[in-house]
Amino acid sequence: MQLDQLYQEIILDHYKRPHGRGLRDAEDPADQVAEAHHVNPTCGDEVTVRVATDGDVLHDISYDGMGCSISQASASVLHELLRGRGAGEAFAVHEAFVELMSGRGQVTPDEDVLGDGVAFAGVARYPARVKCALLPWMAFKDAAARAGVGASPEVKA
Amino acid sequence: MTTITIPEGMPQFDDVPRFDVAAVRADFPILDRQVNGHPLVYLDSANTSHKPRQVLDALTEHYALHNANVSRSVHTLGTEATEAYDGARAKIAAFVNAPSVDEVVFTKNSTEAINIVAYAFSNASPRADADPRFRLGPGDEIVISEMEHHSNIVPWQLLAERTGATLRWFPVTDQGRLDESGLDDLVTERTKIVSLVHMSNILGTVNATARITARVREVGALLLLDCSQSVPHLPIDVVDLDADFIVFTGHKMCGPTGVGVLWGRGELLAAMPPVFGGGSMIETVTMAGSTFAAPPARFEAGTPPIAGAVALGAAVDYLTGIGMRAIQWHEKELTAYALDALSAVPDLRIFGPTVPVGRGGTISFALGDIHPHDVGQVLDSLGVQVRVGHHCAKPVCTRFGVPAMTRASFYLYTTTEEIDALVGGLEQVRKVFD
Repeated sequence: MQLDQLYQEIILDHYKRPHGRGLRDAEDPADQVAEAHHVNPTCGDEVTVRVATDGDVLHDISYDGMGCSISQASASVLHELLRGRGAGEAFAVHEAFVELMSGRGQVTPDEDVLGDGVAFAGVARYPARVKCALLPWMAFKDAAARAGVGASPEVKA
Repeated sequence: MTTITIPEGMPQFDDVPRFDVAAVRADFPILDRQVNGHPLVYLDSANTSHKPRQVLDALTEHYALHNANVSRSVHTLGTEATEAYDGARAKIAAFVNAPSVDEVVFTKNSTEAINIVAYAFSNASPRADADPRFRLGPGDEIVISEMEHHSNIVPWQLLAERTGATLRWFPVTDQGRLDESGLDDLVTERTKIVSLVHMSNILGTVNATARITARVREVGALLLLDCSQSVPHLPIDVVDLDADFIVFTGHKMCGPTGVGVLWGRGELLAAMPPVFGGGSMIETVTMAGSTFAAPPARFEAGTPPIAGAVALGAAVDYLTGIGMRAIQWHEKELTAYALDALSAVPDLRIFGPTVPVGRGGTISFALGDIHPHDVGQVLDSLGVQVRVGHHCAKPVCTRFGVPAMTRASFYLYTTTEEIDALVGGLEQVRKVFD
């Protein structure tokens, strides 16, 4: 297996220079704010994702955590892709990412939908690392549900 | 340099037992394979060891020629299978110098062996007629350590919950040794059992147990040693260790998965109530109630891992043929070499003893702040197999302030070239994440 399929430049970039890292309070005090803390029990990776929303638009997705390059880069990509999006749109992207990660490398990602998330296509071929990539996305879905948007998470991997 | 290798040609070279590592490697078919286009460098023997052809052959031969259920058949195959199963028990008893063959109970693994002891306490506790040494209640204490594998933590936490007893533990020093400074306050008249790891699966520390044993005897408690990591690597003598119970698992000592051992002093096993009920563990059964067989059968309900036990017997023969002293020395040299080589890697921090004394060939480390998953992934791409994560010893990770560690562990087939491959691989890891 080719290591650079897993550690794509985009992933390493997000890992070394994470976007939007750090938990933030809502800019608009009227927003619903909720967070979720998820851990990967096999490796001890942790992430907390916080969602601020008016019930329609995800005004901010902030996060903090510690873990491997895949989980931390994934949180950075999540922030970048979903922040400021409408809830419905965001969940469509979420679904596409989960589908990509659950596809054992057989799913061709749509860059228009997934943006930098397409770099994770290689991760799907490493079953041991799929959970790393999904960790922040599952935490996001939980946090969003607690903030009153979306459904409760269904873990597919 | 901490290296203690005695160069060939020196008069002292022959003072230590040795074996031909290349010849040993030829016994292990898996060592010939490639991983990701590189020769396999297997540095995960603390997780599970590989199996020599002799053990694989024993497994196949048993199924091909002697397969039958044990302890219940009068036919020829049943007799052969029973003899092979009991023969394996005798080999394992001799391997750890057990005074009696009947002190060896076959289990699924170390975890099950520890749980059998914990549940024996649980089952004895409410019974006024049970041996008082196994009765636990509020005010009684169970002592473990911060260095334990989860399998020697969780069963005792659950037992404490069920009985109202209190769980206490030895801390770990910054050097990764057991902190015995509070021994007399920790192990007291209230202590019913002390259950400690003999060799840490994460720090590599080999605990000197003499002082603890003396204190355990003084207060009249029982001592269980988790020897999962020591029996495969060091000569173990249960009489010499003066423990009450030891547990170990077959798959870490060249045997198959699915078979482990609980050794207990005969009179203690005889005083323990059964844990699993079923076939083979009874004396007589009526619809009104049952009486139970003597140990070891009392603790082996149902069809046991017959072929696994037979193959574990073959593994013990294999290890004995090479010599446990020689294996111990080989790993000591490897450990010295590895500690030395790893200390030259920039930003590498070793958790646990950094000298090859009172430790085995299991070395955990951090490489800068690169996550162990990433370290392990890059090493894997080079064929180097290490374990990453919390190693089922999360309290140790917490103790050293990290969520996970990378661990390299050695065995009789490990070579210094493989340690060089690890060190070279770590250089590659640094390049990817620099």
